[in-house]
Amino acid sequence: MFNEVTVTVNGATVVVPFGSTAAVAVVLAGQACRKSVSGELRGPLCGMGICFECRVSIDGNLHARSCQVLCRQGMEIDTEK
Amino acid sequence: MQEQRHFDVLVIGGGPAGMAAAACAAECGVQVGIVDDNPNLGGQIWRSGSDGQANTDASKWVQRLRMSGATALCGLRVVHQPEENILLAEGFNGFRELRYEKLVLATGARERFLPFPGWTLPNVMGAGGLQAMVKGGLPIRGKRVVIAGTGPLLLAVAAYLRQHEAEIPLICEQASWGSLASFASTLVRWPEKIVQGIQLKRDLAGIPFAANSWVLAAGGDATVESAVISRAGKVETIPCDYVACGFHLIPNLELPLLLGCAVRHGFVQVDDFQKTTVPSVYCAGEPTSVGGVELALIEGQIAGLCAAGRTTEAGAWFAKRRKARQFAELLDRTFRLRAELRSLSLPETLICRCEDVPYSRLRRHTSWRSAKLHTRCGMGPCQGRVCGPATQFLFQWNPDSVRPPVFPARVETLAALSRQLEMQPSEVTGGH
Repeated sequence: MFNEVTVTVNGATVVVPFGSTAAVAVVLAGQACRKSVSGELRGPLCGMGICFECRVSIDGNLHARSCQVLCRQGMEIDTEK
Repeated sequence: MQEQRHFDVLVIGGGPAGMAAAACAAECGVQVGIVDDNPNLGGQIWRSGSDGQANTDASKWVQRLRMSGATALCGLRVVHQPEENILLAEGFNGFRELRYEKLVLATGARERFLPFPGWTLPNVMGAGGLQAMVKGGLPIRGKRVVIAGTGPLLLAVAAYLRQHEAEIPLICEQASWGSLASFASTLVRWPEKIVQGIQLKRDLAGIPFAANSWVLAAGGDATVESAVISRAGKVETIPCDYVACGFHLIPNLELPLLLGCAVRHGFVQVDDFQKTTVPSVYCAGEPTSVGGVELALIEGQIAGLCAAGRTTEAGAWFAKRRKARQFAELLDRTFRLRAELRSLSLPETLICRCEDVPYSRLRRHTSWRSAKLHTRCGMGPCQGRVCGPATQFLFQWNPDSVRPPVFPARVETLAALSRQLEMQPSEVTGGH
C-alpha cells in the first residue's frame, strides 16, 4: 500500500496522504479553488458537497466538487480562475 | 454510460439513518440499495478520516450493513425523478437509473451559514466543514482555529480539532448562559447524553468557551488572518488561521420537496411508521427533526422495517423515538438564533456566494422569489442551499418550490432523461 498520493494542482506537483480529498490538495498547493463572479478568491466552505465553492477541474471534468473526490495517483487538478 | 438497478427498497443517504434503514430492510430479506454522493458511507457525522479512524458505533453499523446484503452505491447523487418509482443519479463517470418499490429518504442535514463581513475569505469554513476537511487530510496541527456559531456541533468539532493538535483560542456560542444552563439541567433525562457530555468536557478542558458571543467579522487579505468577536458584549480581535463557523443544522429538504413530500415548520411530515405524505416514500433522520445520531438510528430502523413490510416489529422502537424527539425539541429551544445576528451584514456583504449578491441589493425585496428574479440570488450552482436558509433568517423569506435537477447535472444526464421520456414504456422497464 502507498501511504501517499502524488497529484498536480495547476501543473505543480503536490504529495498528499492517501485518502485525501482533491480539496485538500488544492489548499496544500496554496491555491484558492475558484474566482467568484466579482473576482474574489474562494476556498472550501461546507466540506460536504453542497456549497460548490470548492469546484475545480479534475482530469478535465469541469466544475467537480473537490471535497467529494479522493485524490488518485497522477490526478490533474486545475483551479477555476 | 447508463446502468439500471432495481431495488425493493432504495435508501437515499448513507449516514446513520440511511445505514440503519438499509441494514434493517435488507435483514428482512428484500433487495436493498443505499445511495450516497460521498465517496464512502457514514454521512457527515460518521465520516471516516483519511487516517482511517472511525467511531465504534459507525464500525458496528458498517459491519451490520455489509452482512445484511444491501448494495452500497457511493459517489452517486440523485438529481431527478423522471417518473414514479425511478430516480436518476449522477456519478463522476456517468449516470444511473435507480428503480424502486419503496423509497427511504435519509438525506441528512447541513450547517446553517449566516453571512458576516469577511465570511467569503478562504479558510472561513463551516465548523463541520473544517472537520470534514481535516478528515479529508487537511493538516491542522498548530493552526489557530476560532470556532463560532451555535449548537452542540461546535463542541464536537473543537474536541476533534484539538485531538489533531489545533490551537483553539476561543469557542463562541451565541446562545445565552441562561439557555445553556437550562439545557444542561434538562439533560438528566438522557443519561447517555450526560456520559457523552462528561467525555466531551474532558476533551475540551482548557479551551476558552464564551456564551452570548458571536463573530462580527473575519479579516485578512488573500485568506483569513483574524476574527472580530463580540464576546459577552465586548469586541475583541483574535488572530487565527481558520474561522470555523456554523449555526446549528438545517435539514436537506430538496429531494423530499422534489418528490412532493409535505413539509411542516421546516421538516418532512411523517406518520408513526416514518411514512411521508407520498405513497411508498419514507423519511428518517434529520429531515424529520434535528435530533442527532440516536434519533436518526431509531427512525432509520423504523423506516427500514416498515419499508420491508415489518410494521409490527417497528412498533418496538416507538417509545424510544418519542424520548429522542424530545431531545430534538430541547436542542431547537436552546440554540434558537438571537436577533442581533440579523444585523451582522454590511451593505456590501455578499449574501449569495454563487452570484455575489450583496445585502444592499437584497433588502429591497419582499420575497425570495422576487430576489431570485431580480438579483440572481440563489440561482447559482448551490441552488440556494447556502443563501436560502440565510435569507430565511435575515428577511423571513420562505423558499419556493424545488425544480429539477436538484443538483447541477451534466448535459448528457439531462439529454438521456429527455431521450428516455420519448421512449415507449416497454423499453424503459425491466431493470438490472
